[in-house]
Amino acid sequence: MERTIRVDRPWSWRSFFLQWEWLLVLIFLAVHVVNSLLSPYYFNADTFLQTPMSFLDKAFLVLPMTMVIILGNIDISVGSIVALSAVLMAVAYNAGLPMPLAMALCLAVASACGLLNGILMTRFKELSSVIVTLATMIIYRGIAYAILRDQAAGGFPAWYSALGWDSVGGIPIIVIAFAACAVVFALLLHRTSFGRRIYGMGSNLTASRYSGVRTDAILLTVSVLTGLMAGFTALFLTSRMGSTRPNVAQGYELEVIAMVVLGGVSTSGGKGRMAGPLLAVFIIGFLNYGLGLVNIPAQVLLVILGLLLILSVLVLNLRFRDRHPRTPPATEIAGP
Amino acid sequence: MSGAAPIPVEGTVRRAAPLSESFRELGLLVFILLLCGLFQLGNHNFLTLGNIRDLLTNTAILSILSVGMMMVILTRGIDLSIGSIIALAGMAASMTVSAHRDIHPLLSILEGVAVGTACGALNGLLIARFNVLPIIATLGLMNVIRGGTYLLSGGAWVSSYQMSDGFKAIATGKLLGVSYPILIAVAINLAFVYFIDHTRTGRRIYAVGSNPDAADVSGIPRRRIIWLVYTIMGALSGLGGVIWAAKFASAQSDSAVGFELSVIAATVLGGVSIAGGSGKVSGLVLGTILLGILNNALPLIQVSPFWQMAIQGAVILAAVLTNVLVKRNNQRSALQRRVI
Repeated sequence: MERTIRVDRPWSWRSFFLQWEWLLVLIFLAVHVVNSLLSPYYFNADTFLQTPMSFLDKAFLVLPMTMVIILGNIDISVGSIVALSAVLMAVAYNAGLPMPLAMALCLAVASACGLLNGILMTRFKELSSVIVTLATMIIYRGIAYAILRDQAAGGFPAWYSALGWDSVGGIPIIVIAFAACAVVFALLLHRTSFGRRIYGMGSNLTASRYSGVRTDAILLTVSVLTGLMAGFTALFLTSRMGSTRPNVAQGYELEVIAMVVLGGVSTSGGKGRMAGPLLAVFIIGFLNYGLGLVNIPAQVLLVILGLLLILSVLVLNLRFRDRHPRTPPATEIAGP
Repeated sequence: MSGAAPIPVEGTVRRAAPLSESFRELGLLVFILLLCGLFQLGNHNFLTLGNIRDLLTNTAILSILSVGMMMVILTRGIDLSIGSIIALAGMAASMTVSAHRDIHPLLSILEGVAVGTACGALNGLLIARFNVLPIIATLGLMNVIRGGTYLLSGGAWVSSYQMSDGFKAIATGKLLGVSYPILIAVAINLAFVYFIDHTRTGRRIYAVGSNPDAADVSGIPRRRIIWLVYTIMGALSGLGGVIWAAKFASAQSDSAVGFELSVIAATVLGGVSIAGGSGKVSGLVLGTILLGILNNALPLIQVSPFWQMAIQGAVILAAVLTNVLVKRNNQRSALQRRVI
């Protein structure tokens, strides 16, 4: 059914331009054209440098979620992990823990949450990732509520809020951090055996296991990475907001999954590249910003996001179905 | 996937349920009784007729929806959009009532059901016809419908004074001392027992869930069954939406946010397997009642409502894991029997 071996097809203009990412580039440009038409103040360098500050916090989650979805899984607990780790960081800081340690605690808690997801998924293979993360999603946010009730916690030192608001050499810190993470994740996925094995597991888990891939270890690693990135999101989100509540990051899972799927990653696993979701982050981010410029309520964005999610899955399904029946000639399978 | 579930399809052959499965329901019942005892010790007003009636009335909507969710989960699906459908159907029905006060309550119910059916059919179309994963399709529609509710109402509420007494009576009215929501829930559960256990279509739902390929090969219209299941889920959500609006005497665009989680929890607690194809109505009813107790009675024994979510999550996880362990145990003992 699915081909797990990389096939080197002869390069052609047609196949080069028929890639999903080009469509995304077109959409990206279209968003900017529309935004510039909507507002005369839109098109300047400041917009492009400063706007990403407002939407890059959740973009950290897109990186591991791409891996999760290529694995054929899904993780809907990420928003809750963000909330729980942010709440614990704030409570620990207010209880007297120095801020750097509180930040480390935030990352550690988030990674631990991811690890717990991973352990549940590897120990109970009968369960789909949907139901495991659904349960932990309720538990994590539930704990956040139990700790902080309906209060907000904040009062962070000034240097901490600089993390989300300041720039180094004209480039916002959050952009630099995100770029670094994106490069690391792209290299992990496309240039290491770890990444190749993720694709293998997504295409055929059983075959991967039988060919000696330590599937559990890879699943655990991806889960911990997901948690860790949720921790980064919590750090930057809290820094930008100045305080935190148990209901922060609600619905992030939808936005993140929508970005990944819009980026051309197939929900049936094994297909997709890191470039697509990265483009999708900026498409949705700037779209959101543009809608804000003309005072369109956030609920409309919800509708657009939901429609985008469904439409891109529809288009991707049709696209892959067309390609499906073609069996590769024997010479192609030899591969690298 | 090894299907250990009992799947009598389209025939009269019926295997006796494995012992551990009835044991599971017995366990659930014992747990409910223990919990009731515990609550009674903590608060002497727990086991009074009035409180039990309140508790059941509050659980009625959950019960109606968990019937639909059971069918969805039987086919290996999931529906996250029901909270939004509740809001949309409730809002549509309430807005009509506020514009035409003398409209008959039955027509309001019909309107809500129609709105819900349309939403459910859309879910089914995406999932059955276009092969969109259930979680993706319903996650997307959840937001589209929620946003649609907001656009429909313009962000405004429909409040109690705008609703006719007849409309509010959908939730508050009583027949022989039993409130309408309880009656509706009981009727739907009874109809469901007949449908899922005694009609051809009902048995086909099990067949589709326990082995889709085998269902295809044996000529079961799998896609049509899946479509039907989501449509019924939508219709029940629409009904639930009208009762919801009547019960709280207000319709808001953020009604029932997150209610899908409670419904899924009740269904999974009731022993409906997430892997599809197995689950019984008796278990479902027990699971719903257990979740109803957890949702409504914690404040009675001075457990902070802020703990409710964490407790609910932990109970879901425990139920799902127990399910897996029981199933593994079943398979192991079946294997041992085969060897000897």
